[in-house]
Amino acid sequence: MKTKSLLAVVSAGALLVTLAGCSPDVSAGGSTDSAGGDAGSCSNTIVNKDAPQVSVWAWYPNINTVVDMFNKSHDDVQVCWSNAGQGADEYAKFSTAIAAGTGAPDVVMLEAEVVPGFILQDALVDLSEHGADDVKANFSAGAWKDVSSGDSVYAIPVDGGPMAMIYRADIFAKYGIAVPTTWDEYAAAGQQLKDAGGPFMGDFGSNVPAWFTALMTQNGQKAWDYESADPQNIGVELNDSGSKKVADYWADLVKKGIVDTQDQFNTDYIGGLANGSYATYVSAAWAPGYLTGAGASTEGDGADWKAAPLPQWDPANPVSVNWGGSTFAVTTQAKDKDLAATVAKELYASDEELQDGVDTQTIFPLNQKILASDAFADTPVKFFGGQTANKEVYIPAENAYEGYTYSPFTTYYYSELTKAMVSIIDGSKSGSDALDDLQGTMTDYAKAQGFTVK
Amino acid sequence: MTHPAAVLRAPSRRRNLRRPWIGWLFIAPFGAIFLVFLVAPLAYAFYLSLFSKGLATGTIFAGAGNYIKAFTDPEFLSGIWFVIRFAVILIPIQMAVSLAAALVLDALTTRLSRFARLAIFVPYAIPAVVGTLMWGFLYSPTFGPLTDLFKVVNQSAPEILSSGNIFGGLLNIVVWQWAGYYMIIIYAALRGIDPSIYEAARIDGATPRQIALRIKVPMISSAMALILVFALIGTLQFFTEPQVLRPISNGSITSSFTPNIYAFDLAFRFSQFNYASTISFSLGIVVFIAVYIFLFASRKRRGGLS
Repeated sequence: MKTKSLLAVVSAGALLVTLAGCSPDVSAGGSTDSAGGDAGSCSNTIVNKDAPQVSVWAWYPNINTVVDMFNKSHDDVQVCWSNAGQGADEYAKFSTAIAAGTGAPDVVMLEAEVVPGFILQDALVDLSEHGADDVKANFSAGAWKDVSSGDSVYAIPVDGGPMAMIYRADIFAKYGIAVPTTWDEYAAAGQQLKDAGGPFMGDFGSNVPAWFTALMTQNGQKAWDYESADPQNIGVELNDSGSKKVADYWADLVKKGIVDTQDQFNTDYIGGLANGSYATYVSAAWAPGYLTGAGASTEGDGADWKAAPLPQWDPANPVSVNWGGSTFAVTTQAKDKDLAATVAKELYASDEELQDGVDTQTIFPLNQKILASDAFADTPVKFFGGQTANKEVYIPAENAYEGYTYSPFTTYYYSELTKAMVSIIDGSKSGSDALDDLQGTMTDYAKAQGFTVK
Repeated sequence: MTHPAAVLRAPSRRRNLRRPWIGWLFIAPFGAIFLVFLVAPLAYAFYLSLFSKGLATGTIFAGAGNYIKAFTDPEFLSGIWFVIRFAVILIPIQMAVSLAAALVLDALTTRLSRFARLAIFVPYAIPAVVGTLMWGFLYSPTFGPLTDLFKVVNQSAPEILSSGNIFGGLLNIVVWQWAGYYMIIIYAALRGIDPSIYEAARIDGATPRQIALRIKVPMISSAMALILVFALIGTLQFFTEPQVLRPISNGSITSSFTPNIYAFDLAFRFSQFNYASTISFSLGIVVFIAVYIFLFASRKRRGGLS
């Protein structure tokens, strides 16, 4: 009842919600091992003690190994890493450090969706002035667009989440269902499952607004018209006909009981995935790693997970979308910005470091050095019973991804979108009405925050 | 020859002069911590609350503008309305449970009472976060016992964390967590009553029930008032339990569920430190008014009784 300790709440989230490093932000969760960007508080050992140090906040589960690899291979700079919490927890500390004007690290791990918000707070350095173009060729156009605004680049991508559908081949076989390639087929398959008394086709969880945003984007939503170079103006369009079609589609699936409405990234949902309550999980490339880490094992329980491309609205013009992923950005509080930019460009970017991320299923690498390699493409994924899912599903999805323009108030938008999704779930609003109301709310919010709404 | 009194007076005057200085020295450690960790942050938060900063605008002086916005903000008001409803229902239940437990334990003299006292107190000794997590699992439709229990009678288990039931779900957790603590306070107050009063009452022919209700309860009314104030302040500042249950609440715990959660989210998720400060102070004002109303009402009533 009383605020006994905020820290306790935060670490409780870690018990309840175990998120993998590459999974997207949900409303709470994460661990708080240590914080602080001072050189004195490194969680790793400095190999070359004479070299200048750059402080880094990051929460990849294997970051300790990656930092050691980096420090051993660099004489000119050393990384002093600490874990300031995962996702929202780290952003809370970063926001506080920005407001205080001190206490931020030199390099910070961010999800692409929060980058414009921090640019607006003058917290991030434009890396195009610090040699970002040197590494541009390493990334797909979409991945690069996610971290750019006009000619400016504010972060270096590391990990991505091209979306796909993973499904239980055993359940599909049992009920005689073909793998759906369009959303109409997906709904029909769900109806078939329901009629036969089978499990849910999927899940529409109110705490995954980023997921819903991606699915609306797939059908042509261009929610934000915004550039960090012109931070006073923003266009908001959340209730176009394509988005409404998606919202009404999911509202219909919810109403018919074809999909569940369970929040995701918690034990109930993971348990449901593990015990066969869901035939599919519309998810991203981090899903197999995340589910393996969360204990949704595929061995011994007869579960046969396979990956398939994301169902499409128009199979003639397939659209690839992204959910989650992370980047490194340089903060304006960095003492030596060139040096910090070097770290942002080179940390988690060598073959050795990336390979560790792939081997431990920590990241889906966006760096083409790995992404375009045969070894990565041909890796059989244990979670999918040896299916070469990278080659068949995830790499094509990433290469077709065109990028997204985020708003500078993503966390607020997600919070409001969650409310809209709750009203869809409890049936108090239709999908279209929920989006119309959301359009009004977000327009008002943008105006109240001092933006001119285009 | 000097008068003895003059000899005595001289050093005593010097002592009088030194005394205030020594007094300050003694409270200095507390005073410093009080100033640095309570007064200064409060003053700074109040200062912040007088300014307004939009994401796309600079910081401008708003004066009372933020407060006017807060008390007309439907999100803040719905949070206030929730905690007030919660307090109105929670506090009587909590008082009844803890009073009943304390009276029973006070009347018992067996070894069982010692064990029972400990058992009732244990939930308070468990950290709020751990207790809430545990209830989260008990409520869970996948892992909790409810699904199995209801299966026995062929019913589907209620979703306790759904928006319709979350009120009761939280009520249960908070009563479980705090009743033991309040029970101990009441029990200690009961132990402080002179037993000869009970003897006199028995000689006058009072039944055990009459002793409990007519003698014990009035004599511990000040402890009850204390508990009420604690519970009122704690409930209006409701934060930990809903925050912990949030990831599994399927959206029924929103970012403005209680005023404290709203302030937390505004500051640390939406980067609106100024407005978050205003919300915090506005909550402080509401708590102050509520406690004042209660103390005023109870003083009047006690005055009428005597």
